[in-house]
Amino acid sequence: MMVWINQKPCELQQGSTLKDAIELVPISPPFAAAVNTQFVPKTLYHQTLLNDNDKIELIVPITGG
Amino acid sequence: MLTSTDEWLLYGETFKSRLLLGTSRYPSPDILAKAVQLAQPAMLTASLRRETAHAQDSPVFWQLLQNMKIPVLPNTAGCHSVDEVYTTAQMAREVFETDWIKLELIGDDYTLQPDTLNLPMAADKLIKQGFKVLPYCTEDLVLCQRLVDVGCQAVMPWAAPIGTGKGPLNAYAMRTLRERLNVPLIVDAGLGLPSHACTVMEWGYDAVLLNTAVALANDPVHMAEAFANAVKAGRSAFLSGAMQAHESAQPSTPTLGTPFWHHA
Repeated sequence: MMVWINQKPCELQQGSTLKDAIELVPISPPFAAAVNTQFVPKTLYHQTLLNDNDKIELIVPITGG
Repeated sequence: MLTSTDEWLLYGETFKSRLLLGTSRYPSPDILAKAVQLAQPAMLTASLRRETAHAQDSPVFWQLLQNMKIPVLPNTAGCHSVDEVYTTAQMAREVFETDWIKLELIGDDYTLQPDTLNLPMAADKLIKQGFKVLPYCTEDLVLCQRLVDVGCQAVMPWAAPIGTGKGPLNAYAMRTLRERLNVPLIVDAGLGLPSHACTVMEWGYDAVLLNTAVALANDPVHMAEAFANAVKAGRSAFLSGAMQAHESAQPSTPTLGTPFWHHA
């Protein structure tokens, strides 16, 4: 199946979890994740099953006003 | 007058400094760090963005925040709906490990005016989830009252649109707001000069939140210090009670016993 990680397409096997998807991205803590605009706590990454065309957002801290 | 115990409360937490500082648009992380060191703000604002090439400085910034040991106030900048605000706030809570959130819900991209019609709903939703909400809002009295009604223990009206540096544009409304609301009021956005910060503090505002006015100064480090001093001066003036203005001149030196009076 194909999912979108920060707007980039990514191929994953059926039954993959959010944890599997994050492992494909060169990202280090701290970060947070959302699937289809819904926040997913890090404690649930391993049990959050993904579906075809899911949109994953991975965000990191930056400067802000 | 200003004393060393002039502390203030936000959601039950005590703060000494009445300056909150943004962390964006500085020439370098080192200059940001030096500005923070001189200004000693109560809080530093921060944000969240997708992990992309644009966010490649994130590890450096994160380390800077860790080193400075100043409470972080994450924002929901760029959100245009209550749902976006809610998701962003949840993500911010996990990343920054704090319940503080600067609620930004933009209603107009040109002026960056907050979405005043949906702001109370967003604040209500966040407060019910345990967030300590500091809403960026306009100086509209009814809006600010509604934000207090849903549980905001402080509100943050703009002085002018974000990044304009124009200073307080609607003195009447801002002073009315101060007279009518008893919660902490933090001026957020639109200040450009230390005198602007001093003025709103003289009116009785509790604190100011700055970013661009410091970050885009020729010397951000010393501008941060100037703002910190202006905030203290304005606060001290407010506590001291200003004289009433008069229409006619009144000599400050006693006239009784003036030499040569009526000799001519």
